[in-house]
Amino acid sequence: MAELVYDKTGRLLFTKEMKEEYTLLIPQMLPDHFAMLVSIIRGEGYKVEMLENTGRPVIDAGQKYVHNDACYPAILVIGQLINAVQSGKYDPHKVALVITQTGGGCRASNYIHLLRKALEKAGLSFVPVISVNLSGLESNPGFKLGLGLLRKVVYAIIYGDLIMNVANQVRPYEVTRGDTDAAVQRCMDFLLHDMDNGKGMTFKSMEANFDRITAEFKAIPVTGEEKVRVGIVGEIYVKYAPLGNNDLANFLLSEGAEPVIPGLMDFIIFKVNNREVDVGLYGGKWIKEKFCRWLQNYLMKYQHALIGALKRAGFRAPGDFNELHSYIKGYLGDGNKMGEGWLLTAEMLELIHTGVPNIVCTQPFGCLPNHIVGKGMIRKIKDDYPWSNVVAIDYDPGATRINQENRIKLMLANARALAREQHSHEEEGDPDALPLS
Amino acid sequence: MNLRVGIDIGSTTVKVVVLDENDTLLFRSYERHFSKTRERAAETLRSIRDMLSGKDVHMVITGSAGLGVSKASGIDFVQEVYATAAAVNTFVPGTDAVIELGGEDAKIIFFGGALEERMNGSCAGGTGAFIDQMASLLDVTVGELNELSLRHEKIYPIASRCGVFAKSDIQPILNQGGRKEDIAASIFQAVVDQTVAGLTQGRELKGKIVFLGGPLHFLVGLRERFVETLRLDEEHAIFPADGDCFAAMGAALCSTDYAPRPFEEYLKLLEESVDATGALDVMPPLFTDEGDYNAFLARHNANRPPQADLATYTGDAWLGIDAGSTTTKMALIDPQGGLLYSYYHSNQGNPVAIVLEQLRAIYGQCGGRVAIKGAAVTGYGEELIKNAFNCDLGLVETMAHYKAAAHFNPNVDFIIDIGGQDMKCFKIRNGAVDSIMLNEACSSGCGSFIETFAKALGYDIAAFSKLGLYSPRPVNLGSRCTVFMNSSVKQAQKDGASVEDISAGLSISIVKNAVYKVIRAANADDLGQNIVVQGGTFLNDAVLRAFEQELGRNVVRPTIAGLMGAFGAALAARDLHLERSDLLSEEALQSFSHSAKPATCNLCTNHCSLTVNQFDGGRRFISGNRCSRPLGKEKQQLPDLGSYKYQKLRAMEGKGSGTGVRGRLGIPFGLNMYENLPFWYEFFTRLNFEVVLSPESSRKLYLKGQHTIPSDTVCYPAKLLHGHVEALVEQGVDAIWYPCMSYNYDEGIGDNHYNCPVVAYYPELLAANVPLLKETRFLFPYVGLWRHRDFEKRISAIMEEEFSIPKKETVAAARAAFDAYDAYKKDLWAKGQEYIAYAREHDLPILVQAGRPYHIDPEINHGINDLITGQGFVLITEDAVSHLEGYEARKVLNQWTFQSRMYNAARYVCSQPDMQLVQLVSFGCGTDAITADEVRSILEEGGKLYTQLKIDDINNLGAVKIRIRSLMAAMDARKGV
Repeated sequence: MAELVYDKTGRLLFTKEMKEEYTLLIPQMLPDHFAMLVSIIRGEGYKVEMLENTGRPVIDAGQKYVHNDACYPAILVIGQLINAVQSGKYDPHKVALVITQTGGGCRASNYIHLLRKALEKAGLSFVPVISVNLSGLESNPGFKLGLGLLRKVVYAIIYGDLIMNVANQVRPYEVTRGDTDAAVQRCMDFLLHDMDNGKGMTFKSMEANFDRITAEFKAIPVTGEEKVRVGIVGEIYVKYAPLGNNDLANFLLSEGAEPVIPGLMDFIIFKVNNREVDVGLYGGKWIKEKFCRWLQNYLMKYQHALIGALKRAGFRAPGDFNELHSYIKGYLGDGNKMGEGWLLTAEMLELIHTGVPNIVCTQPFGCLPNHIVGKGMIRKIKDDYPWSNVVAIDYDPGATRINQENRIKLMLANARALAREQHSHEEEGDPDALPLS
Repeated sequence: MNLRVGIDIGSTTVKVVVLDENDTLLFRSYERHFSKTRERAAETLRSIRDMLSGKDVHMVITGSAGLGVSKASGIDFVQEVYATAAAVNTFVPGTDAVIELGGEDAKIIFFGGALEERMNGSCAGGTGAFIDQMASLLDVTVGELNELSLRHEKIYPIASRCGVFAKSDIQPILNQGGRKEDIAASIFQAVVDQTVAGLTQGRELKGKIVFLGGPLHFLVGLRERFVETLRLDEEHAIFPADGDCFAAMGAALCSTDYAPRPFEEYLKLLEESVDATGALDVMPPLFTDEGDYNAFLARHNANRPPQADLATYTGDAWLGIDAGSTTTKMALIDPQGGLLYSYYHSNQGNPVAIVLEQLRAIYGQCGGRVAIKGAAVTGYGEELIKNAFNCDLGLVETMAHYKAAAHFNPNVDFIIDIGGQDMKCFKIRNGAVDSIMLNEACSSGCGSFIETFAKALGYDIAAFSKLGLYSPRPVNLGSRCTVFMNSSVKQAQKDGASVEDISAGLSISIVKNAVYKVIRAANADDLGQNIVVQGGTFLNDAVLRAFEQELGRNVVRPTIAGLMGAFGAALAARDLHLERSDLLSEEALQSFSHSAKPATCNLCTNHCSLTVNQFDGGRRFISGNRCSRPLGKEKQQLPDLGSYKYQKLRAMEGKGSGTGVRGRLGIPFGLNMYENLPFWYEFFTRLNFEVVLSPESSRKLYLKGQHTIPSDTVCYPAKLLHGHVEALVEQGVDAIWYPCMSYNYDEGIGDNHYNCPVVAYYPELLAANVPLLKETRFLFPYVGLWRHRDFEKRISAIMEEEFSIPKKETVAAARAAFDAYDAYKKDLWAKGQEYIAYAREHDLPILVQAGRPYHIDPEINHGINDLITGQGFVLITEDAVSHLEGYEARKVLNQWTFQSRMYNAARYVCSQPDMQLVQLVSFGCGTDAITADEVRSILEEGGKLYTQLKIDDINNLGAVKIRIRSLMAAMDARKGV
């Protein structure tokens, strides 16, 4: 059995021996993206599993071991990890936990420390924790994020973004219920199979796979009815994770709306862009600035491929990162980088500009950055776009679903009235008929 | 046209209306549903069968609780705000805004342009349910509350965030003898402030405003507060005759969007539908059978004081009084601790009258055989009662409870007391009170909550909690604040939980709240081996059982659990060994009289809300004061570094060494300016600007900017900024300087040197939300001060662009500014050392007040510094000692400069025997969720006590005082060892 080795600050390390014996447990956020990530990490010779445990026991474990005033995502992520370790499904002495660390000025950078405190409280301090970050925080001899691996991660993200995007465009309109989910499954199957065999991870094969994916979804028979589109933005975890947002996307579907969820790639590019901006604002090494710019352009190449594939297949396509960035002029500075920073506001603005004026802005109760970039910007957005229809929803262990749903329903009632009004304008041939775009 | 029926099912009531083709109201009803929503609606419909039978009608359901009924019955649903807007458009055309208060919701709908609606978020409970709760706290009906409010003389500031907060504000006022009339009006004012603050979010409430909903319909006093606050005249404040039924009327109007059906069909749908049930989240039962319960009872009932009987007893006795927040407890004991007399009752908002009545009863029964040799008082109303009746001793609650617990178990190492309003727990280490944990104002899921809930469901508290004992499946309601629990309970009811399941669930919730929110324990060993539980709430067997189950360990509950404070006080009185007590004698009580009058102290900027209590014989007691000045004594001022810093910063105004020719530059005096002002003052005066500071913070300044606050859960220090910048614009400055700063100074004591997101980016929020800022030049560029050369470059570019200042000039000013900031820090450090030396010379304890730099703002800390020095401490701030420790790795990511200082200050305190630290935490501060645990662990590892003072926009110094006094008592006890 692997020996427990600590670094000089007393941090338990994930050693090379552990790589052989231990299973890495990864909390869930985006089911499809993360499934591919897991597959890639497995390909690197790790034993790894994405956690699927959910519901009250996860929240209970989180509340039991995490300071209850910490943000909701911390409670959920840590709750999910601890609940899994305690579930009996794994040998607690043979697991390591993986958690991301952004290194920004938001509380989220502290999740890993809250997790360690929680493990200690739960009598599990022998479980190593691995930080996944791009800031050079905490290294582990048994876990290295090599450039090769990072490149593969980019594929997982971009594939995930595409599948999420097209699935959301088709699912509300499918004639036969379940068609879309079946298509998602088929795409995931072939992508995972490819990845396990080291395929699908060149730019060229990616483009081919993109077309194969869009074709799968294009082939699904749809009704052609019109539905209200609702954008979902917010703090990254509650925006994406069904566990965090009480399955918001499916709720919107059941209410007869089409959820529009901006992809993960923008967030990644955003975090790279921040570093470049920092050098400009506060000084620093030009090489850092150069590298970040190069990385940003590299990532945007993938984004452009995604946009191209969507357009080729006749799907609605989002703008690229630069376009997104252009929206925040007059709202926020480039230096606003903690948490989702200006990206969140930019996503709201992009949605409004692309015919999705109805938006759910999700945030954990008391989320610090969202005071500014979420709730703090809604007033101005409303001033600038009187027809925008943004509802801010708080998520936390005590907030009941019924309250959240009622508020979303109000937004939907507003949205429908707005759509009706727009139709009547259009019918009258009013030149000002499109107040939205 | 068919008749239209609208049904509005709210959180507490069902409203049904019938409209004819002319929109005339043919029928209306407004009835409480007691959680039987569907049945109530069906019954009302049956009552109007005559009118509708055999006809085709349109029918639609609306309301927060209507959704479930709609789903179950298949009758169409329309969202209630949407329905309300439809009714207002029809019945009160030309409306600009609607304010609607319901049982649990508060809404504002803005008309004109696009319809805009605001509903209360998940942390804004104070509405109809809140008023109900407050009325029961005052022991009056809601109608009486209304009547009382109309006779008010003054308004107290009461927290306008959630009911729990307001309760902890009201209780001290009550206990200190405040008038119910004033409190009633203050409660309504709190609702108004909350609605205006929480919901307008930057949009002004003006024009014609329609007021709707039950509370506004029935409560004239509440209406009055709204009209006065919003300065409306009769033409602009509309209270429609059927304002309580508008949502239902709107639903009826919207019903024509759906096809008509025969009335009987609708009724059948409603009657025959099975309520949709979600999956109930349930927990194991509390007791499996009666035998189980009896064994439990027998075990606990063995812990009782010796038998004693006042009717036959002759000898000495000691009296203890616990003037608690909602109840008054009294105990008279013999030398062995035998209980001669006891009393436990709700104080009905007037503890003095209760104690008076009881004292008379005790004297009556003593009949000259018993001599009371000492009387001690503890609890919220301690000072009032002590002064009213000349008690010999006042002691802090924690000490009283420890005394009592030790009587039953000398080895006690953990005490938890859950009372009506507050929760206290503390450890006992080496015979001294240690690690006191009080419930933060936001999690007081205490006894009075169950009581209010029991009442709402039509039970008395004893019967209600008994119901839960044998519930086979207690429902899991989570462990958050009571406002959330209200909704959780409603959801559980909808999902089919019985009253029994809910009763048990509530008991378990209270326990979870205590264990996970207040104590934050992971397992029983975190608490202790010998746990004694006290407080009225533990007399509830369901709560006690839930506690034992949650810990997996048996605990001791004395039979007098509810009396422990009073019992402990009596023991303390006994241990004074007095020859005779000063307690008012039986004769003196004959002429006892008491009246209370509110007053405001104007001797300093704190403007304390005082209550002047007059007793017979010219005796007087003033409460609510922070310092001794209103008592006619000179303020005794021990060194206070917070005040020193504050005065020094406030003086950084004007032209300084420059000429001021470049114009008047405004700087908002808030958040990180408390740190950066010495820098900017020097920088701008050097550049020949005149620096204008915004006025000192005050509640008035806060209210001024309140209407532009977009996020009501952000911390109070940030909220204050709205008033500050507005005031600067009004002062007519040429520009306002308030840069965005992701990063703070790098002091080399952390892993990074960020500001928190709120401090970093609040200028951008202000720019987007404060319309008045458009009238000035608001400059809020991104800058960083830690890389001097890079800063010089960047600031030169900014100054060049904004003011055409040559680079050379800017660079010189920047360098001078860095020096000035250094000098400021050094002065602060030297002053800190001077104060420490003073303390040591005079043998005074030193308290480090650790928080953010802006916590020295008297409006933010509500004069806590005066209270601290008033208790005999010399006060210094965290930044005066943090530089005395270097970098050390922490168990958290130590990435915020201000927060890093607290860790270092805590480490330094651990190395100084005569120092203690209190941490100031602003409610809603996200970073302190992380720092609090870390500071605590540093202090505890260093053998120090951890004391946290949570502060909000409301000054509830009562709770602060308990903590400070407990800290002192614990220090004394430690000294004694």
